[in-house]
Amino acid sequence: MDHPITIIARWLETLMLGWGLAPGAVTTILTLLGAAVVGAFGLGLVIFTIWLERKLYARIQDRLGPNRVGPWGILQTFPDMIKIFTKEFITPDGADKVVYNLAPILSVSAVLLTWAVIPFAPAIIGTDVNVGVLYLVAVGSLGALSIIMAGWSSNNKYAMLGAFRAVAQMVSYEVPMVLALLIPVLLAQTMKMNGLVEAQQVWFIFYVPIAALIFFITSLAETGRAPFDLLEAESELVAGFQTEYSGLKFGMFYVGEFLHAFTISALTATLFLGGWQGLGAERFPILGTIFFFIKTFAVYFVVIWIRISLPRLRIDQLLNFSWKFLTPLALVLLLATAIVEKLWLDLYPSLNLVVGAVPWVHAGVHFVLNLLILWGMLNLLKPHKVKTRRTVAEPRPVAVAPEPPVSEIS
Amino acid sequence: MTPVQLIFLAVAAVTLAAALMVVLTRNLIHAALWLIVTLFGVAVFYVLLNAGFFAVVQVVVYIGAIAILFIFAAMLTRRVMQDTGPQLNAGSWLAGLVAVLSFGGLVAVLSQWPGFSSQAAALPEGADPLVQLGTALVSPDAYVLPFELASVLLVAAMIGAITVSLEKKP
Repeated sequence: MDHPITIIARWLETLMLGWGLAPGAVTTILTLLGAAVVGAFGLGLVIFTIWLERKLYARIQDRLGPNRVGPWGILQTFPDMIKIFTKEFITPDGADKVVYNLAPILSVSAVLLTWAVIPFAPAIIGTDVNVGVLYLVAVGSLGALSIIMAGWSSNNKYAMLGAFRAVAQMVSYEVPMVLALLIPVLLAQTMKMNGLVEAQQVWFIFYVPIAALIFFITSLAETGRAPFDLLEAESELVAGFQTEYSGLKFGMFYVGEFLHAFTISALTATLFLGGWQGLGAERFPILGTIFFFIKTFAVYFVVIWIRISLPRLRIDQLLNFSWKFLTPLALVLLLATAIVEKLWLDLYPSLNLVVGAVPWVHAGVHFVLNLLILWGMLNLLKPHKVKTRRTVAEPRPVAVAPEPPVSEIS
Repeated sequence: MTPVQLIFLAVAAVTLAAALMVVLTRNLIHAALWLIVTLFGVAVFYVLLNAGFFAVVQVVVYIGAIAILFIFAAMLTRRVMQDTGPQLNAGSWLAGLVAVLSFGGLVAVLSQWPGFSSQAAALPEGADPLVQLGTALVSPDAYVLPFELASVLLVAAMIGAITVSLEKKP
C-alpha cells in the first residue's frame, strides 16, 4: 500500500514519459512540481492556522473570536486576505527601497525553506540531505537577517530598536538551540531528518526531555512571539521592526510569523515526538502523515497556549535566561549524553537484552541521566530563589465590588 | 556546456560582482549585505562540488554569525542611517593593485600544482563524505592536530575578548 502522493507522482511520471519527454526532463519537472506543492501547501496551511489561532486565542480569553464568515468563522481569513491585497503600499521617506522591499520576501522564504527537509511520511520528504539538521540552523539564521534588514531600511528609530533586539535575541538563542539539536543527532547517529525519525522507535522526548524542552523554548524565541516578542513589543516600540510596513508587505511578515510558529511545531514533532512513527506507519505510509499532523497540531496548541498565557519578558531577563541558564544546561547535557551514549554503545552487547527491549532500556538510561541533571540544576538554583518580593506600595483598591442584593444572600 | 558549468559561470559572475560591490559601495550596511551575497555564492560552489556539509556550514558560520555581526557592528556606528561619510584615505588604487597582484601570484603558483588541471577523483561508491570528514578530523594520522590547534586559537581569542571587555575592579 503506497502513499497517495507516491501514486500520483508515479502516474504523472508514466504520463509524461508517454508524451515522449526525456527521463531527465521528467525528473526535473517532477522535482519542481514537488517543490511548488510543498510551498503552496505550507502557505495554504497558514490560511487555516490563522483562523485556528484567532479562535483559540478568543476562546481562552472567553470571547467568541471570528464567527461571521462561514461556519465557526472558518472563512474569515479570506476577506482579511482580500482586504490586505487592496491596501496601499507606503514606503517611508528616506527608506532604503531595495532592502526595504527585499526583507518581507526573505522573511517568508526563510521559513518556507525549512519545509524542504520535513518528512511527512517515510518516503514523502522534499530532499533528505545528509546535513538536514544543520540546514535547519542555516535557514533559521536567514530569518534573523530579514528582520535586521526590515528594521534598518525603514528609517525609523523604533524599527531600528526592534532590529537591535532581534539580533541580540536570535543570536543568543541560537546557541542553546544548536546544542540541543546535537543531542538527537548524537542518539540517532545521523543528521538526516528521515534517519532521525527512523531512529525514534521510542520517542526522543523520553530519552532526553531536557533537550526537547530546550529546543522547544529556543525555537519559540526564534519565532519572536509572546513571551519572546520583544522585537515587536507593541507597548514600547509601536510594532518594532515592522512598524513602517503596510499592505501586503506587512502581510508577508504576518504570514511568515504564523508559518514559523507552525514550522517549529512540525520540527519539534519530527525531532522529539517521533515524526511519522506510529502503529502501522511503515506499512501504510498515509497513516504516518496522519500521525505527523496529529503530533504537530498537538505541539502547535501548546505554542498558542504559551503565547496567550505568558506576559512579555524584559530584554535583560530574556538574555540572562539564554546565556546564564539554557546555554550551560545544554552544554552539561550534551557532554553527559555523549559520555553515557559512548558507554552504552560499548556495554549493551554484554547485557544480553531481548531485542525488543533494547530501545526502552536505552531510553531509560538517558532518562535517569536527565533526571539527575534536573535534580542537580534545581539544587544549584536553590540559593538564588527569590524569597521575598519588594513591595512598591500597599494596594489601595479604588473600585470595591458592590454588596450583593439582600435577596441573593438568603 | 553541461548545465553544471552554466550554473557555475552564472554563480561565479554574481559572486564576483557582489564581491566588487562589497569594496566599492560607500554604505557600510550595503557592503555587509553584498558580502552576504558573495558568501552565498561561495556556498553554491560547495554544493556544485558535492560538499553539502561545507555549503551549510558556510551559511551557518559566515552568513548566520559573521555577516550578522558585521551588520550589528555597523549599526553601532554613528552614521548608520546616513549614506556616506567623507573618504578618509585615497589609497584604493593601491588596494586594487595588491589584489590583482596577489590573484596573479596565486594563479601562477597553483598552475604548477598537478591537481589544477586534472579531474577530481570520483568518490568511492556508497561512502558518506560526512562520516569520512568526521573521522579525518579526529584521527591521529590525519587532521587531529590542526583541528585541535584551531580550537586552541579560538579559545584564546575568546579569552582575549573577555579580558578586553572585562570591567576593571576599582
